[in-house]
Amino acid sequence: MYPSNYRYTKEHEWVRVEGGVATIGITDYAQHELGSVVYVELPRPGVQLKAGQSFGTVESVKAVNDIYAPVSGEVSEVNSALADTPETINKDPHGKAWLIKLKLADSSELAKLMDAPAYEAYVVDHQKGTSA
Amino acid sequence: MRYLPKSPSERRQMLEAIGARSIDELFASIPDALRLKHPLDLPGPLSEAELVQYFRERAAENSLGYSSFLGAGVYNHLRSVVTDTILLRGEFLTSYTPYQAEISQGTLQAIFEFQTLIAELTGQEVANASMWDGSTATTEAVLMAERITRRRRVLVARSLHPEYRQVLATYARNLDLQIDEIGFTPSGQIDLEALSVSINKEIGAVLVQSPNFFGVLEPVPRVAQIARGAEALTIVAIAEAVSLGAVQPPAEADIVALETQSFGMPPSFGGPYAGVLAARETYVRQMPGRLAGQTTDAQGRRGFCLTLATREQHIRRERATSNICTNQALCALAATVHLCLLGKLGLREMAEQNIAKAQFALAELEKLPGVSRVFQGPIFNEFVVQFPRSMRMINAQLLRDKIIGPLPLGPHYPELTKCGLVCVTETTRRQEIERLACAVRETLAVPV
Amino acid sequence: MADKIKEAARHTRHNEGLIFEKSAPGKRGFELPPSDVPAVDMRAALGSDYARRDIEGFPEVSEIEVIRHFTRLSTWNYAIDLGMYPLGSCTMKYNPRVNEHIARFDGLATEHPYQPQQLAQGCLKILFTLQKCLLEITGMDAATLQPAAGAQGELTGLLLIRAHLESRGNPRKKVLVPDSAHGTNPATAVIAGYEVENIRSDARGQIDLERLKNIVNDDVAALMVTNPSTLGTFEPRIAEVADLLHARGAQLYMDGANMNALAGVIQPGRFGVDVMHLNLHKTFSTPHGGGGPGAGPVLVKSHLEPFLPVPVLTEKNGQLALEPVRPKSIGRLRAFGGNFGVLVRALAYTLAYGPGIRQATEDAVLNANYIRRNLEGVFDLPYASPSMHEVVFSDNRQKKNGVNTMDIAKRLIDYGFHPYTTAFPLIVPGAMMIEPTESESKEECDLFIDAMRSIAEEAATQPDLVTTAPHSTRVGRLDEVAAARKPLLRWKSKAASESAG
Repeated sequence: MYPSNYRYTKEHEWVRVEGGVATIGITDYAQHELGSVVYVELPRPGVQLKAGQSFGTVESVKAVNDIYAPVSGEVSEVNSALADTPETINKDPHGKAWLIKLKLADSSELAKLMDAPAYEAYVVDHQKGTSA
Repeated sequence: MRYLPKSPSERRQMLEAIGARSIDELFASIPDALRLKHPLDLPGPLSEAELVQYFRERAAENSLGYSSFLGAGVYNHLRSVVTDTILLRGEFLTSYTPYQAEISQGTLQAIFEFQTLIAELTGQEVANASMWDGSTATTEAVLMAERITRRRRVLVARSLHPEYRQVLATYARNLDLQIDEIGFTPSGQIDLEALSVSINKEIGAVLVQSPNFFGVLEPVPRVAQIARGAEALTIVAIAEAVSLGAVQPPAEADIVALETQSFGMPPSFGGPYAGVLAARETYVRQMPGRLAGQTTDAQGRRGFCLTLATREQHIRRERATSNICTNQALCALAATVHLCLLGKLGLREMAEQNIAKAQFALAELEKLPGVSRVFQGPIFNEFVVQFPRSMRMINAQLLRDKIIGPLPLGPHYPELTKCGLVCVTETTRRQEIERLACAVRETLAVPV
Repeated sequence: MADKIKEAARHTRHNEGLIFEKSAPGKRGFELPPSDVPAVDMRAALGSDYARRDIEGFPEVSEIEVIRHFTRLSTWNYAIDLGMYPLGSCTMKYNPRVNEHIARFDGLATEHPYQPQQLAQGCLKILFTLQKCLLEITGMDAATLQPAAGAQGELTGLLLIRAHLESRGNPRKKVLVPDSAHGTNPATAVIAGYEVENIRSDARGQIDLERLKNIVNDDVAALMVTNPSTLGTFEPRIAEVADLLHARGAQLYMDGANMNALAGVIQPGRFGVDVMHLNLHKTFSTPHGGGGPGAGPVLVKSHLEPFLPVPVLTEKNGQLALEPVRPKSIGRLRAFGGNFGVLVRALAYTLAYGPGIRQATEDAVLNANYIRRNLEGVFDLPYASPSMHEVVFSDNRQKKNGVNTMDIAKRLIDYGFHPYTTAFPLIVPGAMMIEPTESESKEECDLFIDAMRSIAEEAATQPDLVTTAPHSTRVGRLDEVAAARKPLLRWKSKAASESAG
């Protein structure tokens, strides 16, 4: 379910790093909780983000979710296709529906994030918490 | 009590079913010390006949039998009895906000038609379901521009309705918005030179009213051009919506804040009316207020629902585009029915009659010795004239002839003492205009 | 033949189009009397830059078409006049018809807000009397009738608090809002220039006084509390809450949305409230009209009176006047005096009851408790605290069968009722918030109870029937996702959409 080469945040974002570029999206769990996505608001390229900083929102009909940067860096690319087809986030959250790419500023920040097994355990825990 | 559908025995049965000995038991969670021990000291109860009598007496203490030349944001226009007939249908009058779309299609489709009518009229791409009134819509337009541009300065024409400016000031004070005013020229229009000098890249929006408080049409395309030069937005407030039947719509504006009172709503001593915002489609997610959108059900049937609700307070709470919740739906329905009745031809004819009557009234007053037109710019149905005597004196004299005279401008514009704002609409009869001119002439003839 | 009958069975009233689709050039639904002044050339009068050329896409229809169009649309709405409207926190009660009659009187509807005040004494007397009644009902000291709706009342209240604190040297930074509050509370606090701090309710859904003691410091300007809370429960320690706030220089704001539980029984002014608003379109019966207009008068204790918005209604030697200038005022909230037409209706309502308004409150509370008693055991009651005018269940039991609160609400439509409030209060997942008001007879309450029990049965035995409801409406559940992804917010003529496409 959750790709093993990604890292994950408690706020349900994922990040994949290749050659100093961090690609960021929201997890399958996040899209499922949110329901049908109708709108995505993303920053412009060139914006500097700090790890933990909110950089946009993903909206369903009745909810708005903030998205936070898992790592720091400068926005190098934005997935502008999502403006017309926000439903991609529901269909392929870990693939085509990446949100932004960052020029990674500090690779040591990755160590603070969860790996796939840890995130899966976290999600299971989280589900218990909300149903109780 | 006639509004309460329970007999004493039914109340007892219900208490028994609950397992309470008395109604007081149901209020046991309120500490005894806080509870009222005596009946409220209120007038009444009144039967229906007594209520009617009471309010007839109050109505008789007002201005029945007077001719009025007041406008200034509230206008007396013809209304069809058809509008009230529709408004009084319980299915519109006594229904709630249409959150449950399946049983609110009537209200939702009417809102969709309202949004269409307003967008067409104002020359904008989209319009919302309504705001409280023109003044709060204008303020919300400024806050919307601030969200779009992320600039915290606004230039406001001094010819904007003084009370609209006061409302804006009340809201702006705590939101760190800086408002600077731009004066007017002898034409009564915004001083474009001053605007060009004041505009810069810190300014988020330029706000004008057209027709403005003096009844003069503003050069909206020029204003928009200057604003665009600094990437600022142009907001046009319109308090006299009938003007749109004959006056070029502010298509160059980015946001239009319209008061729709003129479309089927009586003056009613200040409200309720309905404001509305219209704008370019790209700004719709920054727009406050409800929006109805077209969609389909599972069987593909056309239907309407409230949409883009994530902008609103019930979802986004402290980060909503506005705190507005209850709006002016029934007033917006009045405007919708009224505009459908008038149609293209009726609205144009009504607007043209207003212009003709204003031209006639202006000519009649200008004939009087010492009375002169103050602003030279084009007017719709209001204009400013200067008298050789104080407005207080003129109006006191006119009241004796059962005429409510021009609105004195001195209190809001110290440079315009002895000036009054005259409004005539299609409801003002020629004879009334002539009686006004005659009464002013007589007043001026009395030696001071 | 069969096909034709099928077609005929579905009259156009079931599928009324948009008014624009009925338009044909040259039709009209209204005629003006001929002008009695010389005609004017528009281009000459306005100048060619200002004269409008055409009004695009405007309908041209006759009077009968307008009547039929809107009458048909109206039949697709639910309304109080048709049956019970158990929307929690909305207080959908009967809207007396005499109030509509009165508000349209010549001499009231015809009056201009700027007419000389000696010619407006009747209007001002109505406002003055309403103020006096509202002050008596709430136990407060002074009032403004200007705010256009509840949310503007909230803003007025917070601006008054800000002005008061400022006059003492520090407006402070934060407004506390319980997690059970209406969304307008936090949204309003931001517009008043405050940060919002959400505070969690305790296990009973009430204000957690112990926690509050640790939160209220010199940064806190006010606590906004809805009492009874959105759970329909009276805050039993409200007076202590008020004392705590006052001891630390903060103010208590009360959202009066639920005043229908209190009128005639208890005056908020007596439990330490500094400022509150009322929703006249709730407690005071003015029609909701599909979403407005409302009115949100604000009532204050005397220490806030100097800051009230202008104009302020005053009485001197039997003459009433609107005072336009007051040195400490927070300013003006809207143009003109307020939603006068709504205020007229509210006064007519209040005078109709007089002191008997307590009976309305008692009946509202009686109905809510009757429904609670009869549905306990069928639906989950997440908070057992006593109910006043409304009761909040949850869909906890039905969820096991895949039926949620929205499904049950939609199924209620098939039984002839408007849904109750779902999705609120936020502290109850799967909330079913029911407020019957005093306007429902025992018979109507019984019908509602039967419907709810029957739906609970269906949820257990044939959940699909519930999850696909409603089955009886003109349209089924609408595709809100598509509406939000590609908003279509207006009609466009064929020509206009083709040229754009």
